[in-house]
Amino acid sequence: MSETPVDADEVRHVADLARIDLDDEEVDQFAGQFADILSYFDALDDVPEVDPEADLVNVMRADEVRDGLTQEEALKNAPATEDGYFEGPSVS
Amino acid sequence: MSHDAFITEETIPGADEGPLAGRTVAVKDNISTEGVRTTCGSEMLADYVPPYDATVVERLKSAGATLVGKTNMDEFGMGTTTETSAFGPTTNPVDGDRVPGGSSGGSAAAVAAGEADAALGSDTGGSVRCPAAFCGVVGIKPTYGLVSRYGLVAYANSLEQIGPLAPTVEEAAEVLEVIAGPDDRDATTHEEGADAEYADAADGDVQGLSIGVPTELIEGADERVVDRFHETLDDLEAQGAETHEVSLPSVERAVQAYYVIAMSEASSNLARFDGVRYGPDTDAEGNWNESFAAVREEGFGDEVKRRILLGTYALSAGYHDKYYAKAQDARAWVKQDFDEALSEADVLASPTMPVLPFELGESLDDPLQMYLADANTVPVNLANLPAISVPAGRADGLPVGLQLIGPAFGERTIIRAASAVESSA
Repeated sequence: MSETPVDADEVRHVADLARIDLDDEEVDQFAGQFADILSYFDALDDVPEVDPEADLVNVMRADEVRDGLTQEEALKNAPATEDGYFEGPSVS
Repeated sequence: MSHDAFITEETIPGADEGPLAGRTVAVKDNISTEGVRTTCGSEMLADYVPPYDATVVERLKSAGATLVGKTNMDEFGMGTTTETSAFGPTTNPVDGDRVPGGSSGGSAAAVAAGEADAALGSDTGGSVRCPAAFCGVVGIKPTYGLVSRYGLVAYANSLEQIGPLAPTVEEAAEVLEVIAGPDDRDATTHEEGADAEYADAADGDVQGLSIGVPTELIEGADERVVDRFHETLDDLEAQGAETHEVSLPSVERAVQAYYVIAMSEASSNLARFDGVRYGPDTDAEGNWNESFAAVREEGFGDEVKRRILLGTYALSAGYHDKYYAKAQDARAWVKQDFDEALSEADVLASPTMPVLPFELGESLDDPLQMYLADANTVPVNLANLPAISVPAGRADGLPVGLQLIGPAFGERTIIRAASAVESSA
C-alpha cells in the first residue's frame, strides 16, 4: 500500500484543482486505481540523486513582426464569439 | 477488410515532384493539417479544424507525398492499444481480434493493411515503436530535437517526437529524411539534423558492429518474444556483428519516472482545453470554473482524466518532491546509464515490446498493467535517444519487433543495423 492512500475526498480535491467534474462512480473507480498506481510510483523513493548534465541552451530569435493567424482564423473553432472576440463564461 | 485505421479519409495532394512523389502517407490525428479536422482521438476536438499545417505536413507536401487521411489513435496519445480513442478502436490487420498497439495504432494499421505507403506517428513513450512491433512494420522514434513538433498537439513535450512508419527500413528512412531538420518555429529542434541523409544507410552492412544487449530489458519478457529476439541476434552475428551483455540498472525505475513526468506535463498541456477557443459547446451553467470543469468532464475520456488527475497530484504541494523531483533524478540516471552502455557499443538491442499483441479489451480495465507493457520503450524517450522497431519474424503467428537504440543523432547507425535484421528475416 502507498504511504499516501488516496480516498474519494482526495480524488475530488485533485479533480477540483484540475477543473474536471467527476461523477461518483468515476471518483470511486479512480480512488481504487490511484492507490495502485501511486504505490507503484513509490519505487522512485530509492532513486539516487543524480546531477543532470546541463546540455540545455536558451534559444532566442530576433523579435520581428511576422504573419500570424488572422482574427477570423483564430476565432474559427470557438463555440461562441461576439464582435470578433471569444465569448467565455463569466469569471465570478 | 476495414481496420478503422482512419478517423478522417481525405486526399490532400502534395507537390508534383519531390522525393516522395507518387507516395501516399497517412498522418496521425494529433498532427495539424490545414483545413482538415484534427481530433486527437478525442470528443474534445471532434470538430476542430486547424487553420495551419504542422511543419512535418508542410515538408511531406513539398516532397510530393499525397496525404490520404488522419489516423486513429489513443486519445491525446495516451494509451498502448489504440482502444481509448473516442472514435472506437482500430484492429490489428494481422489478427482482427487483437489491438494494433498504441498510441499510433491507426498509422501502423494503415501501413500494415496497405492503405498507405507510409505514415507519421508520434512517440512519447513508445507510441510509434509499439504499434510498429504489434503490426509487423518498421517505426522510427528520432532523437529528441531532430524533427519539429510545431503543429503536433502537445501531450508531454519534453518526451515526444514525430516519427515515420513504413513497410521497410529504407522507406521509413526516406520519410525521416524529408521531415528531419531544424525549424525556427520549434526552438527545441537541432542544427545537427540539418543535412540528414538516412535512406542510403539502409545497406544491411553490420560487419564489425558492436551490439549491447541490456539484460534488464529481456528479463520478464514473454518467452516466445525472447526466443525470436535471440534467433535474430544469432542472424546478426552470422552477418558479422558482435554482441555482448550490458546492464542498465536505472531502467528498473524508468516506467515510474516516465509516467510521473508524462502525466505532469499532460496536466499542464491539457489545461488549454477549456471550451472557449475550441471544444464542445455544452449547456453548462455557472461561472468560468464550473463551466470549464463541465466541458472537460464531457470532452475527455477516462484515460485522459486519469493522467491529468495523477499529474496534478504529482505536482501538487506536498508531493512535488516525492514524485516529480524524484522522476527527474531517475531521468538523469537513465540518461547516464545509456551514455555508459553506448560508450561500449554502437547500438543496444532489445525486444520492442515484452509481450505479443493484446487481445481487444484485455488491458482496458487495469491501467497499471498497460503502463508496465511500456518498459522497453520509455527509457529511450527519457534519454532523448533515437530507436527503431523492425520486424523480427513471428511467434504464434503474431509479429515480434526488435528495437535498436543508438546514441543521440545516431539514426544512420540504427537504420543500418535494422536493415540487416530485415535482410535476415
